[in-house]
Amino acid sequence: MNRQANGRIGRLDGTGPADPIRRYRRLRELAVSRLFLLSALVSVLTTMGIIAILAEETIQFLREVSIVEFLFGTEWTALFKNPKFGVLPLVGGTLLIALYASVFSIPIGLGSAIYLSEYASERTRRIVKPILEILAGIPSIVYGYFALTFITPLLRPLIPGMSVFNALSAAIAVGIMTIPLVSSLSEDAMRAVPDNLREGAYALGSTRFEVATRVVVPAALSSIMASFVLAISRAVGETMIVALAAGSTPRLTLNPLESIQTMTGFIVQVASGDIVHGGTIYKTIFAVGMLLFLMTLVLNMVSRAIVRRYREEY
Amino acid sequence: MAIIEARDLNFYYGDFQALKRIHLDIEPNEVTALIGPSGCGKSTFLRILNRMNDLIPGTRTEGRILLDGQDLYGPEVDVVLLRQKVGMVFQKPNPFPKSIFENVAFGPRRQGVRDRKQLAAIVEKSLQDAALWDEVKDRLHKSAWALSGGQQQRLCIARALAMEPEVVLMDEPTSALDPLATLRIEELIDELKRKYTIIIVTHSMQQAGRISDKTAFFLLGELIESGRTGEMFSTPADRRTEDYITGRFG
Repeated sequence: MNRQANGRIGRLDGTGPADPIRRYRRLRELAVSRLFLLSALVSVLTTMGIIAILAEETIQFLREVSIVEFLFGTEWTALFKNPKFGVLPLVGGTLLIALYASVFSIPIGLGSAIYLSEYASERTRRIVKPILEILAGIPSIVYGYFALTFITPLLRPLIPGMSVFNALSAAIAVGIMTIPLVSSLSEDAMRAVPDNLREGAYALGSTRFEVATRVVVPAALSSIMASFVLAISRAVGETMIVALAAGSTPRLTLNPLESIQTMTGFIVQVASGDIVHGGTIYKTIFAVGMLLFLMTLVLNMVSRAIVRRYREEY
Repeated sequence: MAIIEARDLNFYYGDFQALKRIHLDIEPNEVTALIGPSGCGKSTFLRILNRMNDLIPGTRTEGRILLDGQDLYGPEVDVVLLRQKVGMVFQKPNPFPKSIFENVAFGPRRQGVRDRKQLAAIVEKSLQDAALWDEVKDRLHKSAWALSGGQQQRLCIARALAMEPEVVLMDEPTSALDPLATLRIEELIDELKRKYTIIIVTHSMQQAGRISDKTAFFLLGELIESGRTGEMFSTPADRRTEDYITGRFG
């Protein structure tokens, strides 16, 4: 009796008769798990490699230029004789673009998110949302030409004193490009707000606008704010648009009508020119790149912190 | 004199007729229970009374439903005003992710009450009327989501009362609550009917029997029978009513 009961299940430790299918499955499991680990390692190692190179060249650069001059100097004349390496004009240019871009992307993005989530019919949403997301898929070089050959000629007759290359046109293009980031993420967050909260607000005699602004937006606020930060972070890192349309004059200014230069714009200018490998100017692009990396890193961390800190559980 | 009168009321979700020729009077300062099996139209009827059904696309109402003599679906009716007069409490407590204070102040704020003192007075009064004040008076500015389910539901009642409605609709308000929390809400309903007209949808025959003055029994979109709760439960006129309240189906 006992022997029979044992025989019914078979041996669980795998020492029973060889079973090719079982062996194949076990090998496959092992191989696949290694393969996935490898894929994950590629991106981790690449990131670490990039940071290492950035750091190394930055340290080299800082041997030639003091960190105080680099971080707090207000003159950037890297390509001239007797160069000065104060990065603030480049940082200022970058922030100027990010600021004016968010003046466009945040209100328009949030407005379209509210419209799509709270006002549009299911049909309208199905049509409009993918179109908005296409905006994010247009290559940024196209936005660059768009800024230079369409936005600037459109604005110049209206705004006296506007240069051909100017921060405003570039910022508008960057803003348009980042609208879908804001609208898509915000809309997802607003749609995740449960309907019973909306019903509760309607039952208290709220208008649609009040339901959207007093209940839905506050309930989704953490993700909405995070989408703002991501859009700003994207604007800070944007390259082609500013390289094409914003000019190449490092200048510490708040006036968006002038030609400026951003950190990314400078890197493009140097990297696409003929410069001596290993010279000081060559190293500047790594130092500027490092600073840029740190800025976007901080912004992304801020956005994660906002989501975690203010998350509402429905 | 009835405060709500339904006359030949039909209601459709698209092609589906959810209510058929409903004829029902609801008396002021009474508790009216709407009972019937799932899908019988009782919640649909309740949601006609503050026009919450308007939020569902493709719905249509025929016939007349009068509140204090005025047609609810008349062309002049402003649903925002209507919902201030007819408050609602839902099946699952749905406080906003805001403080207790802001939850209760939500309705009055929409009506333009700005004065801090006045708001505080409304909040206190409403919470007292909802029998919640003593439990929350020291943490009015804490999140409403930290409250227990029963407290959340009483907060939702307070939120509705802050609008100073005439009628309070309750859609199975205790179905998500434990027996003790249910008892508290039932006691509260008994208090509230002095000032408000209450219409409650319930799945529980015992609850209808305990708290309602009048009961209306719905089945497959029709109003089978309505009358004083005591009479209807002891001597139902229709066989189907008897079968339902004795638990033979549903």
